[in-house]
Amino acid sequence: MALEATHSAGSDYVIRKPLVTPRVRRWIVSVLLAAVCCIWIYPLVWMVSASFKTNAAIFASEGLIPSEPVIDNYLRAWNEANIGAYFFNTLFVTVGSVLLVTIATAMMGYVLGRRKFLGRGFIFGLLVFTMFVPQGYTIIPVFELLSMLGLGQSLWGVMLATTGGSFVIFVLLFAGYFSQMPDELEEAAKMDGVGFVRTFWYVMLPLSKPIIVTVIVMQTLYAWNDFLLPLVVTLANPAIRTLSVGVYAFKGENFVDWGGMTAASTITIVPVVVLFLFLQRYFIDGLAGAVKG
Amino acid sequence: MASSISTVPHRAGLGHRLWQSRIDYLFLVPGMVIFGLFILYPLFASQWFSLLNWSGFDANQAFVGFANYAELLQDKYFWDAFARSFIFTLSTVPAQMAVSLVFAIILNNKLLRMSALFRTLIFLPVVTPVAIIGIVMTIMLSPFNGPVNIGLLDAGLINRAIDFLGDPNLVLWTLAGIFVWKWVGVTMVYWLAALQTVPAELYEAAKLDGVKGWQVTFFIVLPMITPFAIVIALISAIGALNVFPLIQSMTQGGPYFASEVMEVYIFRNAFATLNGAVPRLGYASAAGVFFGLAIMVLTILQIFAVRYLRSREKPNGA
Repeated sequence: MALEATHSAGSDYVIRKPLVTPRVRRWIVSVLLAAVCCIWIYPLVWMVSASFKTNAAIFASEGLIPSEPVIDNYLRAWNEANIGAYFFNTLFVTVGSVLLVTIATAMMGYVLGRRKFLGRGFIFGLLVFTMFVPQGYTIIPVFELLSMLGLGQSLWGVMLATTGGSFVIFVLLFAGYFSQMPDELEEAAKMDGVGFVRTFWYVMLPLSKPIIVTVIVMQTLYAWNDFLLPLVVTLANPAIRTLSVGVYAFKGENFVDWGGMTAASTITIVPVVVLFLFLQRYFIDGLAGAVKG
Repeated sequence: MASSISTVPHRAGLGHRLWQSRIDYLFLVPGMVIFGLFILYPLFASQWFSLLNWSGFDANQAFVGFANYAELLQDKYFWDAFARSFIFTLSTVPAQMAVSLVFAIILNNKLLRMSALFRTLIFLPVVTPVAIIGIVMTIMLSPFNGPVNIGLLDAGLINRAIDFLGDPNLVLWTLAGIFVWKWVGVTMVYWLAALQTVPAELYEAAKLDGVKGWQVTFFIVLPMITPFAIVIALISAIGALNVFPLIQSMTQGGPYFASEVMEVYIFRNAFATLNGAVPRLGYASAAGVFFGLAIMVLTILQIFAVRYLRSREKPNGA
């Protein structure tokens, strides 16, 4: 409706000054969009705002700018709710799984994308076949497997199992990217007497930087977000909770402490939001590439 | 050392070929370990577990054949959860695709002021962990002093606070709305990628022919990006079937199971039984296998649909 209005408002202009029309229309669209975006992120803004208020002030529903900003919520969340410890647990799981996944999927994608060997088609088939298996299907065996390995209640278990999350998509991304590279690169490397491993490491891997960044960001998001697996593994061992599970448990224990909950939530989202802001160009390009491919 | 691999024209023996590709297989090892342990093994183990009567943490597994499946087919809660998963998907996917398409078409205009900022803002919920969204939205929608209800009351739109998450008739739709809000950003990026495949000359040509902006969108751009719509729908549908974190962190499937989707059902039966009842991993596995098979069948059907639609068009390398 609003767009039609701007459209007709624009057409009035056409008669007199044709050049102004699109620009005015774009201005109106911008303003409308700004309003939509404000509503869109209002919950997150509200969350950050509430984290600096006392619980009394939150329930009194004053404006977004706290009249008396406090940091008690952060201290309480960090110390009493163990958010500090959960933060480092999550960091361990995230960094570990990102390292493992990036290396493993790059190597696998490289040979699948560029080399011919027996069983290549079979592996491709398996990957595509398992691409859309829901986590609800695999969670029970994954947990049993971790228990068998003695990792059923350990952070190492969470970290290792988190590598399986978007594994298949990453392999296919690498394979697709490597398969489009010109053959001359490898031939030149071969002429110079550079071996297979070094060609991969010094020539091919640096060239696949866009995919590497995409995989790092997507896996970071996945690990930081993952909920079902850490929830199951940490059911019997609260000390190794990740942030998602920790904040969830905090909610269960202190539902009236909105200040503490919003502070814990803010601590949790700041690292991923900062990472996203720095890498968003690569990230969005990578996602876009995933659809085009 | 690895340069021994060369394309041999004649067919060598199997052992020779395997040996020749040894470095390739070596490169596959780390990936195949992860893939095997956490994706392939669970896929098959689930099917075995689903044939057991098994409480999990001890060794007394009893083979019961298809008894779990037989019981499943009789379980009202299972069918309700199964249906809810599909209702949820069928309602969120079209909504998500439509909203994100509108955003994408608007933001695709390079001349629009601050379009990069808008894109980032719309994308923010995507990078926010689901558990956090669950908490913030629970507070936002709280019938006791929650900002949304206060806003609606102050504006005079409602007389009484609405219990968005406590009303069994409302809860699934509330969750669907939050889900769409969270994921629209990703779908928007997919659409933006699709829109970029439309050549700029097309817009120019249309302009020269005096075609209006919205006409270009409807009659030229939209038909051109339809092939992408199928892929985007597929990706979105898979996402909507993995809705566990949002629902578990907001309602745990309640009130009165009104928002219990498949994964919540599996989790409840396997790990978080009500009133301390014995966990039933075999039974929950059967539910998982049934659900997984249903999704796989749908995926395969969709892949065939994509193939069919693509084959009808000229291959344009997309």
